[in-house]
Amino acid sequence: MFFARPRIWLLVTLVVSGVLGLFQSRIDPYYVDVLMRIGINITLAVSLNLINGHTGQFSLGHAGFMAVGAYTTAAMTMFLGPKIFPTDAPTMILMLWFLIALLAGGLVAAAAGVLVGAPSLRLKGDYLAIVTLGFGQIIAVVFRNIEPLGGALGLNGIPAYTNLFWVFATAALTTYVITAMVNSTYGRGFIATHDDEVAAEAMGINTTRCKIVAFVIGAFFAGIAGGLYGHFTLTINPKGFDFTRSIEIVVMVIVGGMGNTVGVIFAAVLLTLLPEGLRMLAGFSPSLHWIGESRPLLYSILLIGLMLLRPQGLFSFRKSVKVKV
Amino acid sequence: MSAPLLQLDKTSIRFGGLMAVSELDLQIGEHELVGLIGPNGAGKTTVFNLITGVYQPTGGAITFHSHSTARLKPFQLAQHGIARTFQNIRLFASMSVFDNVRAAVQLHRVHGFRNALWRGRSFRHGEQKVETHVMELLEIFDLGKLRDEPAKGLPYGKQRRLEIVRALATGPKLLLLDEPAAGMNPTEKSELSKLIQFIKDKYQIAVLLVEHDMQVVMGICQRIAVLDYGIKIAEGTPAEIRANPKVIAAYLGEEHVSDGK
Repeated sequence: MFFARPRIWLLVTLVVSGVLGLFQSRIDPYYVDVLMRIGINITLAVSLNLINGHTGQFSLGHAGFMAVGAYTTAAMTMFLGPKIFPTDAPTMILMLWFLIALLAGGLVAAAAGVLVGAPSLRLKGDYLAIVTLGFGQIIAVVFRNIEPLGGALGLNGIPAYTNLFWVFATAALTTYVITAMVNSTYGRGFIATHDDEVAAEAMGINTTRCKIVAFVIGAFFAGIAGGLYGHFTLTINPKGFDFTRSIEIVVMVIVGGMGNTVGVIFAAVLLTLLPEGLRMLAGFSPSLHWIGESRPLLYSILLIGLMLLRPQGLFSFRKSVKVKV
Repeated sequence: MSAPLLQLDKTSIRFGGLMAVSELDLQIGEHELVGLIGPNGAGKTTVFNLITGVYQPTGGAITFHSHSTARLKPFQLAQHGIARTFQNIRLFASMSVFDNVRAAVQLHRVHGFRNALWRGRSFRHGEQKVETHVMELLEIFDLGKLRDEPAKGLPYGKQRRLEIVRALATGPKLLLLDEPAAGMNPTEKSELSKLIQFIKDKYQIAVLLVEHDMQVVMGICQRIAVLDYGIKIAEGTPAEIRANPKVIAAYLGEEHVSDGK
């Protein structure tokens, strides 16, 4: 379905997100909040899927890229923006500046992607996972020690620029770019790198380059997602981008099925709704209160069960990929 | 004869204390079919890894097309025209038959990242050309009907064949085949022999064949080099090799001459 008319799909989703953005004020704030989280999580999960799923480089540092993007974007809208034009500038200009800030956040995160991608040329599997994990920790420590960016307290009072349009347009663009890229002769290089590096090299595929490109593009979109996240929660601090956040995104990719973009999107939606559903369930009667408190436990049980019963991912139904040009 | 396509000039590689390949001289001319044989552990696959850039020689030189291959990475050598298959099949397991070959056509595509994003006419045109090319190759090797099958689901013989197709898709000038007949039955082996000669003639390429099966090697190779403990002990036509006492000794063991009666 997607592969036949990808550009139409992109257009449709962009229009839908535009409509969502226009009518945001009519939607219950709670649902807006949930929808925002869903959209941001889709962007994060789909972009991580390029690194972990398609290219097979196990990264545990996605929250780190997100942090880089969030801080860069927030710094630009909070500190740099007001110096260039007055704070009561027309919305149009503010939004344009927000777009520029988001792109800058993505680019800085992409630069961090090169840094993390470089060691991945020598490391594989668990070892790479440890390095990316370390990267995430280092990013958190670095931001904790940059006083102008709020140190451990983080940044507060970030302008509320993010709306449903931004969030879903980003999710749609991310999905489009990554799917279009992978579903091409060029994109087979990523999957070949994932399947067998030695054979891929012998077939003339520059696996080094494939891995770096995957890290850079994945990090770019994670950075933008971070920027959106900051201008949605209005406050960011280093703790919000720690190891557990990275794990959350990895879980979405695993639940959706490595390398299965549609599945990963479903998983991002499902795993964002899950805590909300549990909270709702707990609210029904006092006898169900324990559900709300045992969320981490239920989450873990779900993961264990999933790994035992469906290691290929919840939404992977077929493995062979049909080729349409 | 003009300069050979591939020339190994006193090429050696040492792993710690082990001299895996020692001062090997080997030449392969254009469109030549050369066999490389030797007992297990003689260093045949190591020679392949040296030629394809997986290992860098610790001594001597390798020239391909009169250019030194030193410091070139495997993917660059593939782009220069050296393709190979593997002793233990290394197909792209998660991909379909079609995609396995498509991944190998990579280096000849003109449309890249930006075209894939924009999906405009040049992209569709490029992908169309790739598809036609891949299907042509698959049809020649009788794999066309299996194009959407997952590669790992193919029977063993077909997997071997697919590996050869994949290597050919890179458009090589020199094809290295690492024990292509391993695990095949006699019928498949004779089919393979025909296939190798067919490839060589149709695509006008040189082939270096490592093989244990003497029927295949003796049947199709123009020239055979014999390796034992990393040293070339003989080289010549199949008939010469068959009669060479050193080769017989290496394969069957030295004849022990007993003094007493």
